[in-house]
Amino acid sequence: MPQIAQLTADNWYLASQLFWLLVVFAGIYIVIGRGMLPKIEATVDARDRKVADDLAAAKAAHAAADNLEASYVQQSDASRAAAQKAVAEAKDKAARDAEKRLAKVDAELGEKLAGAEADVAAARKSAMAEIESVAADAASDLVAKLSGTTVAAADAKAAVKAVLHG
Amino acid sequence: MAAEPGKIDPMHQFEVTPLGGGFNLGGQEVLFTNSALWMVIAAVALGIFMWGGMRRQLVPGRWQAAVEGFTGFISSMMMANIGSEGRKYTPYVFSLFMFILFSNLLGMLPLGVLGLKPFTVTSHIAITGVLALISFAIVLVVGFWRHGLHFFSLFVPHGTPLPMVPIIAPIEFVSFMVRPFSLGLRLFVAMTAGHVLLKVLSGFVINGFNAETLWLGSIVSVLSFILMIGISALELLVAGIQAYVFALLTSLYINDAVNLH
Repeated sequence: MPQIAQLTADNWYLASQLFWLLVVFAGIYIVIGRGMLPKIEATVDARDRKVADDLAAAKAAHAAADNLEASYVQQSDASRAAAQKAVAEAKDKAARDAEKRLAKVDAELGEKLAGAEADVAAARKSAMAEIESVAADAASDLVAKLSGTTVAAADAKAAVKAVLHG
Repeated sequence: MAAEPGKIDPMHQFEVTPLGGGFNLGGQEVLFTNSALWMVIAAVALGIFMWGGMRRQLVPGRWQAAVEGFTGFISSMMMANIGSEGRKYTPYVFSLFMFILFSNLLGMLPLGVLGLKPFTVTSHIAITGVLALISFAIVLVVGFWRHGLHFFSLFVPHGTPLPMVPIIAPIEFVSFMVRPFSLGLRLFVAMTAGHVLLKVLSGFVINGFNAETLWLGSIVSVLSFILMIGISALELLVAGIQAYVFALLTSLYINDAVNLH
């Protein structure tokens, strides 16, 4: 077994093995381990950082867009509310105006009605009074013709009134 | 263990052969061997793979994504096991993981078809043992550097009743000292066993077709070949898993040194 033999008797190549191993491994360590590896790791780190930064930027942009949308929604809500308020106010005012006008017309009509009613009452009163005096005259005439006695005008009037008004 | 002609020696693939370029280093002759060649090939392949991931684009292409998958895998493992302080040790664990993974996978390449001689660097205990010792040394240095002698409290797990300490501490100490051996042995054994098994089965395939009773030999060969396909797939899995286990255990041991308990 050459691997064991070199450690015991037949060891002419042990020194060469160790020498070349140390030379080659030292070369690999210095050139690749110390020279190339840190550069490759730096590239990977730079990429990781870039990806992280880009992700953070995208997140920030997303948040900004969300904020913008929220403020837009808020604004449109506010303007819609304002519009609704204006419409409601206009409606309210119109209703109040109509009511006022209606009330005014109502009052005028009421006044007219009252005046007309008063006229009717006055006419009725005067007519009633005329009926009373005519009835009293007729009653006193009837009494005079039937019994020959004259009745005082006032008595006749009272009697007629009593009959007329129950 | 010289192979007789016509016999297939499953251990031959682990032989180290010199390719020249020797020089003297402190009394020891250092040669450029096939083992060294495959380490260099693994390092170059790893370098090319990593270079393809260096385009540093914001949106990665396929290659860059593959490289970043590996680096992300190791750095997230370090983060999970050690915490934010683990970043300091990521270069070492990453180098370890990628070197072992590439060595394992390159050793699996069917280059014998092209007449080349593939060699699995990690199937040598000398290699895996040194890597394990480096990890262990880092644990010791970091542990004593950060915690001083307080590092020895690692051998007394949190909440141990006082009478149990004399019994627990030696056990913990032994299990701590065994770590570099188990770490190195595990990889070496897994790689060696897999390659030996594949080589034995390929020996069955060849010898079956060369058998005197050809019909029986053919059945053995075909069955062995089907088994080889399955085991090759399994070995690819083992190549990844063993690299991962080595890196994972190293990160856990470093975590002990950094955070104690």
